[in-house]
Amino acid sequence: METKTYTISIYTENNLGLLNRISTLFVKRHINIESLTVSYSEIENVSRFVIVVNMTEVAVKKIIGQIEKQIEVIKAFYHTDDELIFTQTAMFKFRSDLLFDEPQIQNIIKENNLNIVTVNKTFFVVEKAGRQNEIDALYEKFKPFGIAQFVRSGKIAVSKEAMNIRQILNDFNK
Amino acid sequence: MSLQTEKITGAEAVVKCLIAEGAELAYGYPGGAIMPIYDELYKYQDQFHHVLTRHEQGAVHAAQGFARTSGKVGVAMATSGPGATNLITGIADAQIDSTPLVCITGQVASHLLGTDAFQETDVISISSPVTKWNYQVTKAEEIPAAIAKAFYIAKSGRPGPVVIDITKDAQQSVFDYKGYEKCTGVRSYIPAPSTKIEAVEKAAELINKAKKPMIVFGQGVILGNAEAEFKAFIEKAGIPSAWTVLGLSALPTNHPLNVGMVGMHGHYGPNKLTNECDVLIAIGMRFDDRVTGNLNTYAKQAKIVHFEIDPAEIDKNVKTDAAVLGDAKEILTKILPLIDEKSHNEWLQEFRNYDKIEYEKVIKAQLNPTKEGLTMGEVLQGINRATKDDAVIVSDVGQHQMMTVRYANFTHTRSNVTSGGLGTMGFALPAAIGAKMGAMDRHVVAVIGDGGYQMTCQELGTILQTKVPVKIVVLNNEFLGMVRQWQQLFFDKRYASTEMINPDFIKLAEAYDIKAKKVTSRADLQGAIDEMIAHKDAYFLEVCVEKEDNVFPMVPTGASVSDVRLE
Repeated sequence: METKTYTISIYTENNLGLLNRISTLFVKRHINIESLTVSYSEIENVSRFVIVVNMTEVAVKKIIGQIEKQIEVIKAFYHTDDELIFTQTAMFKFRSDLLFDEPQIQNIIKENNLNIVTVNKTFFVVEKAGRQNEIDALYEKFKPFGIAQFVRSGKIAVSKEAMNIRQILNDFNK
Repeated sequence: MSLQTEKITGAEAVVKCLIAEGAELAYGYPGGAIMPIYDELYKYQDQFHHVLTRHEQGAVHAAQGFARTSGKVGVAMATSGPGATNLITGIADAQIDSTPLVCITGQVASHLLGTDAFQETDVISISSPVTKWNYQVTKAEEIPAAIAKAFYIAKSGRPGPVVIDITKDAQQSVFDYKGYEKCTGVRSYIPAPSTKIEAVEKAAELINKAKKPMIVFGQGVILGNAEAEFKAFIEKAGIPSAWTVLGLSALPTNHPLNVGMVGMHGHYGPNKLTNECDVLIAIGMRFDDRVTGNLNTYAKQAKIVHFEIDPAEIDKNVKTDAAVLGDAKEILTKILPLIDEKSHNEWLQEFRNYDKIEYEKVIKAQLNPTKEGLTMGEVLQGINRATKDDAVIVSDVGQHQMMTVRYANFTHTRSNVTSGGLGTMGFALPAAIGAKMGAMDRHVVAVIGDGGYQMTCQELGTILQTKVPVKIVVLNNEFLGMVRQWQQLFFDKRYASTEMINPDFIKLAEAYDIKAKKVTSRADLQGAIDEMIAHKDAYFLEVCVEKEDNVFPMVPTGASVSDVRLE
């Protein structure tokens, strides 16, 4: 069966240990997590996990069942990329002298509308938010000049469809 | 909830909460990080009973046995580090067999967490994959709510084990105890999905149209206290009903619609006819691989109806045509009026025809053997006779376990206690201690192989100390019999590390002041079993059985259930 990139969104209570509990569900099934982000959500005291995996749809459905079974999980969803609005952020750090020695770097910054996070005498940092392929392309462009540090965030995504978590929480309270 | 508050320690709150929750007793083993709680157990010993086992694994299995016969939540306690890790096997066993447990572990003081302190282990992380829920308490004031939530989660919905890890400083510090309030709900947790009438109607339609319906029922019937509703349903619909290992005893053995066990060592008829029925109704079971054999050839001709409390089980292994979510009792109550009154006599006769073949090829040699060596089947038959088919039988794991579930007869529910999903050798002796304490008015007989017995036989010490009158039958074939059987059938008889040189089991039992007898011949068997059952105290019976006997029928791994072998 065909594997695809699925983005799993999980709304949970904000409890210690839940990240471990959820990640073990993937480990148990020998599934590698491509990226994972946890943050607070639009609802107070409710956390949101965004997990990216490559799996078959049958397997992702089953793992959603196992995730929802966890006591402190409110609801889990899975989506393909076309059902989502999503982005990632990357940061690139360089030596400051490169800004002057390599004019091409300035061009890349301008052409890609990169945000300069900080500049000082020894280093400067630029950031880029976008799709993974855009970040990958940028990485390739910067690579010849010597990237001092690079980091990319996990994918964050909102679904095109409503997820109605408030309604689900109200239903729990009934 | 009492309005008065009192200043007490966290440790005292633990014991007060257990009493207020209605837990009668706990099984456990003390140690440094849980000593404050044990000190309170000492003070409250007239209100709450603690059973000292000889190993933490014994404590957790005893709590499981107690839960399985009593239907209540079993409680186990252990100290931090090795105490807690020794509980893990039993916790994993309870998780896969849906047994309600609350395990309380001591933990190093909160300021020492993460310092590799003496007897520190990360119990929350270790237990996460094998618990329904777990929680670490670091402040005394969290204790009442944590314990209330633990009991609620352990017993509600699909039951399971919960671990509450309590740091030593939380046990020692004093707080304002405002009384115990039982938990009635957790916001993000739906114990049992509500049963939708449309789903029930769809299932009823398939069942009513069926010409060759077959039921496979599991422990969900027992856990949902739905035995009466289940019986009413199958009797009205006239459907032959087969059980999984854990469903056993939900329906009396002699019920006319009871057609035996499905799965690897199940009965011939239900395995063969799984692949001939037109509607297969699964009730409170999870299509374990030991039940289904090769999924690609499992009941492909049948419409599958699944009554199930856990949404994650739907379509997990077998794709359903009609899934009905909910508690077994609720589903069966709702479906009963929609079911046509029927009998499927010709279809039922097909099961009985296979029974005759199985009797001739397998059962006769077990129950009426002509060769000299004793069979495991005849020992079970002897126990059936002596207890009038009405004992609680606790079995361990292996050949004797499969012989027990095949040949033990049951009249009452909650009478078959065994380690099903995890297959934990060493389960039976401690589980029998708990099973007896959970059903003091019943005969409790532990049937154990010589291998599994030696994994937890130190619990004879618990029997000595508590005087719990359990009956222990060791079926001794001087082999790890099930592994040996596989070696014989699939590894050209290379008996790698399966032959056992055993100690003198009689002397061992006698060392613990337990009356003991050894039987080697058929002539002495029934008399010895009768004497054991009649004996008022604990009793140990060793039966030397045929060394290289095999359990049949058998569905080899990867084979279809309808390719079940009789020899």
